Amino acid sequence: MESSVVLKAEHITHRYEKNNIIEDISLYLNQGEIVGLLGVSGVGKTTLFHVLSGLLTPIQGQILLEGQDITGTSGHISYMLQKDLLLPYATILDNISMPRRLKGISKKEARKEAEALLEEFGLAGCGGKYPSQLSGGMRQRAALMRTYLFSGRVALLDEPFSALDAITKGEIHQWYLNVMENIRLSTIFITHDIDEAILLSDRIYMMSGKPGHITAELAIKRPRPRGREYVLTGEFLEYKRKILEMLK
Amino acid sequence: MRKRLQNITSKGIPAAVILALLAIWQLFSGAGVIPKFMLPSPLEVGQAFFGEFPLLMEHAKATLAEAFLGLLGGVILAFLAALLMDWFPYVYKGMYPIIVLTQTIPTIAIAPLLVLWMGYEMAPKITLIVITTFFPITIGLLDGFRSGDPDAADLFKAMGASKWQIFRYMKLPGSLGHFFAGLRVSAAYSIVGAVISEWLGGYYGLGVYMVRVKKSYSFDKMFAVIFLISAISLLLMWLVDLFQKLVMPWERVKEEK
Repeated sequence: MESSVVLKAEHITHRYEKNNIIEDISLYLNQGEIVGLLGVSGVGKTTLFHVLSGLLTPIQGQILLEGQDITGTSGHISYMLQKDLLLPYATILDNISMPRRLKGISKKEARKEAEALLEEFGLAGCGGKYPSQLSGGMRQRAALMRTYLFSGRVALLDEPFSALDAITKGEIHQWYLNVMENIRLSTIFITHDIDEAILLSDRIYMMSGKPGHITAELAIKRPRPRGREYVLTGEFLEYKRKILEMLK
Repeated sequence: MRKRLQNITSKGIPAAVILALLAIWQLFSGAGVIPKFMLPSPLEVGQAFFGEFPLLMEHAKATLAEAFLGLLGGVILAFLAALLMDWFPYVYKGMYPIIVLTQTIPTIAIAPLLVLWMGYEMAPKITLIVITTFFPITIGLLDGFRSGDPDAADLFKAMGASKWQIFRYMKLPGSLGHFFAGLRVSAAYSIVGAVISEWLGGYYGLGVYMVRVKKSYSFDKMFAVIFLISAISLLLMWLVDLFQKLVMPWERVKEEK
């Protein structure tokens, strides 16, 4: 495992109308690492992502991407919001190539780049379809691919799989772990599902309180990719027990 | 198969009602219940229509030209107005009440003024059509620009999109449905606007023809031109629908699903 830090947030505090939403949050993300951010709803996880992505400027603290200060500026980090937000009037290919086009690359060139990656993301044959023709799981794949095409450096995923049913979710977890093996995108993802956090993450940050702050950190030592059966092992349950204790 | 059957009944019922109404009308005027000079029978109207067909087409050409130019002007003006109001909140606050106010003035009241200012040629007619057609499109576009998901705008911002790019890739295509809803209404308005402006003076157009036949008490021709105007309005609305289907193929996909 490489251990060079790609993203670092230091002492982030953000306030909304005099109330601190998040307070003194420091975290880091290593190259190729998947980090889970676990916490109950309303603890400020999405606010933290808005700050990290540059959509919000924090009251205090700074964000460093590969050593460069990017606090309060967007366009550096890929951000996948809770909904897939695929444009209904554009084909899947045009949706996923959108970030490339926003960077000024021609439509033809952007499509070509996206087309070459369709298969890797399990979307072969879907490029010409509209989002309304795809299932929830496939739409989520497309949204993740769009995120990756924006920047292969760092991605923030806000509850990427929470809207899916349990069976689809199980499938997409395996798909996700396999894709990540190939693209090695450094990722922080938000979840409130403890099983999901353990299955997918190299490290988990736990967030709680009001204002929200990071209360604990836990490394999952089992190497990725982890198969579906991992959730049935004693080791997995031991991690789960630890997390439940930490969240108390 | 079932869908086709539904299609036949959905179109068949209104057609049958119209035919029945025409038959009743024919019976009444044929029996002499209503004097012919007051209400000619459908057959007489049909005869007048075909007898006058070449002349009607000449006048229709002028009316359509005015309607088209006016509608084009209305669309351009609507885009400019909606764009400015969407981008600059102060423009919205300042302009919106004025735009609403323009719609409270009856068309028939401003038409003579426009003729007085601009003469009997096409200019006052086109101006009137612009005034009547730009409103539904402006409101449609404005609603469309504002209907976008704020989260989608956030996503675009996170991807480093400029204000123009957000407009170009998100707001503009997202407002097309609203735009066409406004355009459909405006297409019908454009013909009515053209006819009203022609009533007040001019040399060509269905409105001019209408005034002439009214003055000679040729009510069969009067009805013929009224039906022609309705038919043209319907045709234009149908063309707008057709155009919309071409421009928005993803809507068709949704229907097929």
